[in-house]
Amino acid sequence: MKIHKYDTVIVGAGGAGMRAAIESTKRSRTAVLTKLYPTRSHTGAAQGGMAAALANVEEDNWEWHTFDTVKGGDYLVDQDAAEILAKEAIDAVLDLEKMGLPFNRTPNGTIDQRRFGGHSRNHGEAPVRRSCYAADRTGHMILQTLYQNCVKEGVEFFNEFYVLDQLITEVDGVSKSSGVVAYELATGEIHIFQAKAVIYASGGTGKFFKVTSNAHTLTGDGQAAVYRRGLPLEDMEFFQFHPTGIWRMGILLTEGARGEGGILRNKDGERFMEKYAPVMKDLASRDVVSRSIYTEIREGRGCGPEGDHVYLDLTHLPPEQLDAKLPDITEFARTYLGIEPYTDPIPIQPTAHYAMGGIPTNVEGEVLSDNTTVVPGLYAAGEVACVSVHGANRLGTNSLLDINVFGRRAGIAAAEYAHTVDYVELPENPAEFVVSQIEQLRTSTGNERVATLRKELQETMDANVMVFRTEQTIKTAVEKIAELRERYKNVSIQDKGRRFNTDLLEAIELGNLLDLAEVMAVSALARKESRGGHYREDYPNRDDVNFMRHTMAYREVGDDGTESIRLDYKPVVQTRYQPMERKY
Amino acid sequence: MATPVLDKVEAEAAASDHLITVTFRIRRFNPEVSADAVWEDFQLEIDPKERVLDGLHKIKWDIDGTLTFRRSCAHGICGSDAMRINGKNRLACKTLIKDINPAKPITVEPIKGLTVLKDLVVDMDPFFQAYRDVMPFLITKDTNEPTRERLQSAEDRERFDDTTKCILCAACTSSCPVFWNDGQYFGPAAIVNAHRFIFDSRDEAGEQRLEILNDRDGVWRCRTTFNCTDACPRGIEVTKAIQEVKRALITRRF
Ligand SMILES: Cc1cc2nc3c(=O)[nH]c(=O)nc-3n(C[C@H](O)[C@H](O)[C@H](O)COP(=O)(O)OP(=O)(O)OC[C@H]3O[C@@H](n4cnc5c(N)ncnc54)[C@H](O)[C@@H]3O)c2cc1C
Ligand code: SF4
Ligand code: FES
Repeated sequence: MKIHKYDTVIVGAGGAGMRAAIESTKRSRTAVLTKLYPTRSHTGAAQGGMAAALANVEEDNWEWHTFDTVKGGDYLVDQDAAEILAKEAIDAVLDLEKMGLPFNRTPNGTIDQRRFGGHSRNHGEAPVRRSCYAADRTGHMILQTLYQNCVKEGVEFFNEFYVLDQLITEVDGVSKSSGVVAYELATGEIHIFQAKAVIYASGGTGKFFKVTSNAHTLTGDGQAAVYRRGLPLEDMEFFQFHPTGIWRMGILLTEGARGEGGILRNKDGERFMEKYAPVMKDLASRDVVSRSIYTEIREGRGCGPEGDHVYLDLTHLPPEQLDAKLPDITEFARTYLGIEPYTDPIPIQPTAHYAMGGIPTNVEGEVLSDNTTVVPGLYAAGEVACVSVHGANRLGTNSLLDINVFGRRAGIAAAEYAHTVDYVELPENPAEFVVSQIEQLRTSTGNERVATLRKELQETMDANVMVFRTEQTIKTAVEKIAELRERYKNVSIQDKGRRFNTDLLEAIELGNLLDLAEVMAVSALARKESRGGHYREDYPNRDDVNFMRHTMAYREVGDDGTESIRLDYKPVVQTRYQPMERKY
Repeated sequence: MATPVLDKVEAEAAASDHLITVTFRIRRFNPEVSADAVWEDFQLEIDPKERVLDGLHKIKWDIDGTLTFRRSCAHGICGSDAMRINGKNRLACKTLIKDINPAKPITVEPIKGLTVLKDLVVDMDPFFQAYRDVMPFLITKDTNEPTRERLQSAEDRERFDDTTKCILCAACTSSCPVFWNDGQYFGPAAIVNAHRFIFDSRDEAGEQRLEILNDRDGVWRCRTTFNCTDACPRGIEVTKAIQEVKRALITRRF
């Protein structure tokens, strides 16, 4: 076991982690621990763009952007945070340009902008061109540019280090962050990182669904680590299902495809979105389009022998336009489906895409231990966090923005905090939890397999807590998850070695997914209304009287060791905008 | 519209869920077990429209959990899973079984020229070191930063578009015979990333980067074998980029 000491430790090297690292490395001795090489992070998969009211191509301002964000989130957004997001968006994009990001350009050489769902001029009057982009590779360019600047700033990375536990020490009755425990993939060695400030930037948790746009490695490790230590998770029932994933595979085809003029069609070739959203049609908000697709499928108008998908039709668009604006996603269709998008429609279905919920923070990225109390020394930013700027449904292009704005803020706040304090003493025997978890898995002779449990988990999540939910389906999921958590105790692995033991890590990741799936399902069961990404067929309307509030889920352990989830609620911050019905 | 939809429905019906038996012949190496690498065969039932990565997962998840490889995104954008498949460098997640003759055993080996650590996992550090050595970041000399973005014409932006696509997968560098023989050579990927800045109209350190690549281990080692271009899963014209850097070194114009 090795012990390291840093002012600031960042967990994760995606967009949020690297944006934070660029700030904190300038101000404090910083280590970035990441389970993937930084450039492998899933920020690189983002396609469509990053929102900012630059007004380069038409009139726009940050106040309109704030409004759209609040409305898009079905009013569950904390409006003070949304205002910061929209205001700081402009500098966030300009900073990236100065760092070298190769944005697409307008004829006069400024950053080009395009339309995206839910972004409008003057509070919903008409679509506005607000998304700054680099073809359909915006996330790739952000990830590369941030990594390049980390190289420039000499950021210190610990690559293929898996953070498996958060350390908390009680000092004079206050629980403070004292560091993290990490597992080094190459050697199997355990490392303790004692740090004055820790920032979680470990990304999403989409892998508990089967059909998802998320990478195999998005297993909610950060959320699970803090949750296990008694800290709450906020709004976990809100998950975004993106309408256009490649059929069965879930690989994303950007909303930009519909922004460029793509049309959704059912088996009769009908443009069905005209029925569900007469004004915005195919560009209505993501939750609306995903539900419409499933309605078509349920009512027997789906395509294919099993009627289980619909088509994204780009065939009427000029090939030059597809090549220039959508080169990557058209290549995905060719590679994975053998379909030529110039001439054939692409089979798609909704895909689990984005976690609106996560570790609750304030606008400085400080993690909360209840509705108001900050955990000294603990920060979070990016998809792992819930500020909450996305509320019940995130607008496209607002996450690449979120990781830059709040990644930067958390990086500055953490490094500055680190200057004002001393190290907090580590708890006694800091590696205890991780050592016993690994020992247990390595020596277990149980007869359950990771792959089987994961598959059953993903199947139950897809069937029961996806686009449509009811009390009945959610309860089915809760029971199934409980069963899987029991069976997980008998999981064994085949690789008993120390070197690059990905068998072991997949088992640990599955444990995290099971914990978080349970939180999601239990939170969803209690929210008896429909709002944004959370749609209850048994409660199809939004209920502001009872549910205009954030869910806060806590892990409780009884005296006899039994675990349970306690739900509490937190008020939504409303400043300028009163809730209205959300129409597109 | 109606006709193509119908055609597709039938095509899908015909092709769906048709499983075939394939043999994966994998180069195994685990120094915790043995100092020698060996070939091991695995037979599995798989839909030929699935990826080689899906096959590797089936083996790892259902047959042998010790099989070790890197992967994350599973659709060709993170650069984790470059490997030698039937003797050619490719991404396992971007190679479909049906496209590589599943009638014969499919051979899978680690990429060459980098130290193998376990099974298909190689030591990527020298690769990333070469990348860092070319100063892969925008360098400008302005003393007062502009308040807005720097301007760049669409043509100037297009000039280096191809090399911005790189995902640092190392398929090119590890397919290069010069790199196999001499690990000191920067290798194509580092040159591609230098090209990305040398030809960016906003950058002002082109001369410095060219000097680095003028080195003994720099671009002149390239023998234009085109292996790199063939290997690149992003379709980057790697050899052309190297040639452009060579030309810039001669003319000092870029
Ligand atoms: C296909 C796709 C397309 C998208 N398109 C857009 C778009 O066009 N516009 C937009 O705004 N948003 C888009 N999004 C959403 C957006 O890309 C993501 O929400 C965002 O990039 C998340 O960034 P992040 O830094 O929080 O996490 P990630 O980029 O996922 O990074 C997570 C990091 O954490 C590390 N990590 C994880 N667990 C551990 C651990 N246990 N120990 C150590 N390190 C760990 C990983 O190594 C990685 O470096 C898209 C998402 C997807 C999936
Ligand atoms: S140039 Fe192509 S093959 Fe080489 S590292 Fe980049 S993406 Fe991979
Ligand atoms: S797994 Fe990401 S490129 Fe293959």
